[in-house]
Amino acid sequence: MASVWEYANPVKFIRTTDRVMPWLWAGSAICLVVGLVWGFFFTPDDFRQGSTVKIIYLHVPSALMAINAWLMMLVASLIWIVRRHHVSALAARAAAPVGAVMTVIALATGAFWGQPIWGTWWVWDPRLTSFLILFLFYLGYIALWSAIEDDDSAADLTSILCLVGSVFALLSRYAVNFWNQGLHQGASLSLDKEENVADVFYFPLLVCIAGFVLLFIALVFLRTQTEIRARRTRVLLARERQG
Amino acid sequence: MSALLTRDLALAVRAGGGFGLGLAFFLIVVVLVPFGVGPEQALLGRIAPGILWLGALLACLLSLDRILALDWEDGSLDLLATAPLPMELLVSTKALAHWITSALPLVVAAPLLGVLLNLPGPGYLWLLVSLAVGTPALSVIGTFGAALTVGLKRGGLLMSLLVLPLYVPTLIFGAEVARRGAAGLEVAQPLTMLAGITFGVIALLPFASAAVLRINLR
Amino acid sequence: MTPDLGKYAVSVLSSYGVSIALIVVLVAWSVMRARRVRSALERIETRVRRNG
Repeated sequence: MASVWEYANPVKFIRTTDRVMPWLWAGSAICLVVGLVWGFFFTPDDFRQGSTVKIIYLHVPSALMAINAWLMMLVASLIWIVRRHHVSALAARAAAPVGAVMTVIALATGAFWGQPIWGTWWVWDPRLTSFLILFLFYLGYIALWSAIEDDDSAADLTSILCLVGSVFALLSRYAVNFWNQGLHQGASLSLDKEENVADVFYFPLLVCIAGFVLLFIALVFLRTQTEIRARRTRVLLARERQG
Repeated sequence: MSALLTRDLALAVRAGGGFGLGLAFFLIVVVLVPFGVGPEQALLGRIAPGILWLGALLACLLSLDRILALDWEDGSLDLLATAPLPMELLVSTKALAHWITSALPLVVAAPLLGVLLNLPGPGYLWLLVSLAVGTPALSVIGTFGAALTVGLKRGGLLMSLLVLPLYVPTLIFGAEVARRGAAGLEVAQPLTMLAGITFGVIALLPFASAAVLRINLR
Repeated sequence: MTPDLGKYAVSVLSSYGVSIALIVVLVAWSVMRARRVRSALERIETRVRRNG
C-alpha cells in the first residue's frame, strides 16, 4: 500500500543519512581507535583490580549502549504508535540487533572482568543478571518482527511488546536486586562506573563512549536504510505478483 | 461475560480439553528433579520451593496457547470480537478461565508434590499462598503472549520466548516467599511485591492484550 | 610497548578480542546486507520501470 507520498519521508531519510553517514563512520572509527589505544596502552593499572581495569573501556560504553538502544527503540515505538511514521518503526527494528550485540559485549566483558575476582566465569551478580534478562527481551523482540508477515501488523505488535517489555525490564531490575541482595554475598562486586574513576581513566573512557555512540548511530542509520529498501522491495514484488 | 466464562470452563473440562495435562506435566517435572539432582533429602528440601514454583510456571506456560488458539482456528474469536463485550473484558475473561482451569489445579497440587521433595513444614502454607497470589499474574501475562502469537504457525515456541522473561519478576518474588516461608523467615516484603505485580498486571495488561488481539484480528 | 598485564592477561585480552570481533562481525553483516538489499531493490525497480 505504498503510494509515492508515503515513500517521500523514507526517501528524505535515506538522502539525509547518506550525507551524514561517512562522518559518523569516520568519527566512530577515530574515537574507538584513539580511545581504546589510549586506554589499553597509556593508562596505569588500578591499585586493587590490576590490569583488568582496562576492560572498563569496553564494558562501560557497551553497557551504556545496551540500555540506550532499548530506550531508543522505546521512543521509536511510541512515535510509530502515535504518528505512524514508518521510518520510526523500521528504525526500532534496525536498532534491536545492535542493542543485542552491545548487551552481549557488556555481558562478556563483565564476566571477563569479574573472573579474576570471583574465580568463576559467571556469577549471578545483579547487574550482569539484569543484562542477561535484557538480552532475552532483545531476542524476543527480534523474533517477533521476523515471525509476522504483514509489515504494519509487525510494527504494531512489536511496538506494544517494546512498551510492555520496558515496564517488565524495570520491574525485573528491581526484582533481581532484591533477589541477589538476599543472599548476603557482600557488596555487589563493584563494576560501578562511578566508583573511583580518576581523571587518568576518565578521558579515554569518554572517548570510547563517544566512539560507541557514533558507531551505534551509524549502524542504525545504515540498517534503517536497509529496512526501508527491503520494505519497498516487498511492496514492489507484491504489486508485480498482483499483475 | 459469565456466558463466555462458563463456555470456556466447560470446553476445558470436556474430554480433549487438555484439562489434566498441565497437572500431569507438573507431576512429571517434580518426579524428574531428584533423578537430576540426586535423592539427598536435605538438598531436595532446600530447592523444593523453587522447583515447585518453576514446575507450576512451566506447566502454566504449556497450557497457554490453548487460551486463544482453538477459538482462532474455528473462527469463534472473530465472532467474539464483534460481540458487544469490550475486548479488554474478553481477554480478562480468557485469562480468568485459564487461571481456573489450568493454574488453580497446580496451586492445589503443589503442596502434595511438596511431600515428594521434602518441603519443610512451614513451607506448605507459604507455597500455597505465593502460588495463589502469583499464578493470576502468570495467566494474565500468558494471555498477552498468546494474543501476540495467535495465528502463527509454531507460535508456541515464540510465545515461550516472549512470555518467560516477563515471568521473571513474579517468579523471583513468588519463589522468595515460598523459600523464606519454608525457612520460617519474614515474608511480608516479597509477598507485597508479588501481590503488587499481580494486581498491576491484572489492571493494566489487558489493555495491551486487547490492542494486540485487535491488530491480529484485522 | 605492550603493557605488562600480569596475571590478568587472559581476561583483558579475551575481553578486547571478543568485543572487537563482535563489533567487526556486526558492522560487516550490516554492510553486506545493505549492499544485497540495495542491489535487489535496484533490480526490481528497473524491472518495474521497463514493464511500465
